[in-house]
Amino acid sequence: MRLLQVEGLEKRFFIHHLGREIPVFDRLDFTVDEGEFIHVSGVNGAGKSSLLRCLYRSYLATGGHAYYQSWRGSIDLVCAADVDIAILRREEIGFVTQFLNPRPRVSALELVAEPLLNAGSDLEPALERAREMLSAFGLKQDLWGAYPTTFSGGEQQKVNLARALIHPFRLLLLDEPTASLDSAARVSLMARLRELKMQGVAIIGIFHHPQEIQHLIDQEVRLTLPTTENDYVVE
Amino acid sequence: MTAISNHRSYPLDPPRFVDAPPMLRAVGVTKRYRHVNAVESADVEVYPGEVLGIVGESGSGKSTLLRLLNLEEQPETGEYTLNIPGVTGQNLFALDRFARREVQIQHIGMVYQNPFLGLRMNFTSSGNVAERLLITGERRYETLRTKARTSLLASEFPIDRMDDPPRVLSGGMQQRVQLAKALALQPQLLLLDEPTTGLDVSVQALVLDTLKRLQRERHITIVIVSHDLGVIRTLSDRVIVMRYGRIVEVGLADQILNDPQDAYTQQLVHAKL
Repeated sequence: MRLLQVEGLEKRFFIHHLGREIPVFDRLDFTVDEGEFIHVSGVNGAGKSSLLRCLYRSYLATGGHAYYQSWRGSIDLVCAADVDIAILRREEIGFVTQFLNPRPRVSALELVAEPLLNAGSDLEPALERAREMLSAFGLKQDLWGAYPTTFSGGEQQKVNLARALIHPFRLLLLDEPTASLDSAARVSLMARLRELKMQGVAIIGIFHHPQEIQHLIDQEVRLTLPTTENDYVVE
Repeated sequence: MTAISNHRSYPLDPPRFVDAPPMLRAVGVTKRYRHVNAVESADVEVYPGEVLGIVGESGSGKSTLLRLLNLEEQPETGEYTLNIPGVTGQNLFALDRFARREVQIQHIGMVYQNPFLGLRMNFTSSGNVAERLLITGERRYETLRTKARTSLLASEFPIDRMDDPPRVLSGGMQQRVQLAKALALQPQLLLLDEPTTGLDVSVQALVLDTLKRLQRERHITIVIVSHDLGVIRTLSDRVIVMRYGRIVEVGLADQILNDPQDAYTQQLVHAKL
């Protein structure tokens, strides 16, 4: 089933104090089906992260459409009401960044369980699932009750991934999730992504080392620098 | 170069997925002090269980707007409704003083930046919380004490100090007493005016965490005013940006902070350390 249809998507930034407009990408078209894995490629500054952020609505796209087929009906992510986007973020669309946003005095376990609690799950099952996730990503059990603010980069990233992948989202946006992961954790991430894909979760991701996920990729969206030529290629 | 309006370049669609109407709706609210428009034609909508942040520099009208929502002041124009059984459909600004006070006590909890505004500093802390219950007619000492204790525990107040007056407590504890008092009658709407400003960073984090937990467990609708964008980022789903009494931008919290559209919001966000 078609989950996302991106048509003529465009992002420009207008910096008021410079009186300048900065183009990021334009005329972007692609579609995503359930269970499909899209790799977004392009050099630094080509707008890969901006594309994911426009779909998550951390950025407002300046043109085009992104029709998303929600359980609740079809909706254009570019101009849907903020409250509708908030619902989709709780229930259907997940965003995994390279960084954990730890809060002081909140344990790793609580942070990981939080998305399930936000989606209305009971405390015990949420904690149980959080333990499974942390153990799958190989975070030492001694650290589960500790505060991630003091963790190393790799440990934080394990918590981050466990938290981001715990809820059964339908569309996952991944912004270089393998950065600062050790090889064991990379392996469990790949296993988890394959499992999600099999379950029909659509994934749009940016990977620094795409060879790791080569076997999962169904489609590539290649972004080019918006200089004179505004072409982009979808393979 | 294409012209871009001060706000977003296109309007957003009306909500389609939300199951319930807004819990709070204020339309066309204007409040004037002498010749200054403290708040000008403000429209605010907050959905059930949502946390709305209001940011802006001193004098932007954000605290005035909050006091209006708490029915402490009367605006020159505007309509204000809460979707709560018993008051649904009534313009709360049009109620008389007594009816307003009734709505305020029963349905709205308020926490002020300055604990002197919200607490009697020489009463016991438990007494401060129990006062809310007394107003509604509860007279049994044991019930008052149990309920005050429950409310203080929920706001993570160190319970062995419940009979100390706020005067001798730390700033963080005073805010917890205010929170317990605000929540004593289990209101559906909680208004917070700079609730953690002036607290140590670590204490601030703890209070924010309490707020976050309470919001999730009780599904309370919250409006929080703060000039601290970190606080707003931690708590809010959506954000309103105010300047000179006007709302200049509305959006999802991360969008406002990462991709502000309005010239003033861009300055505000980039001024953060």
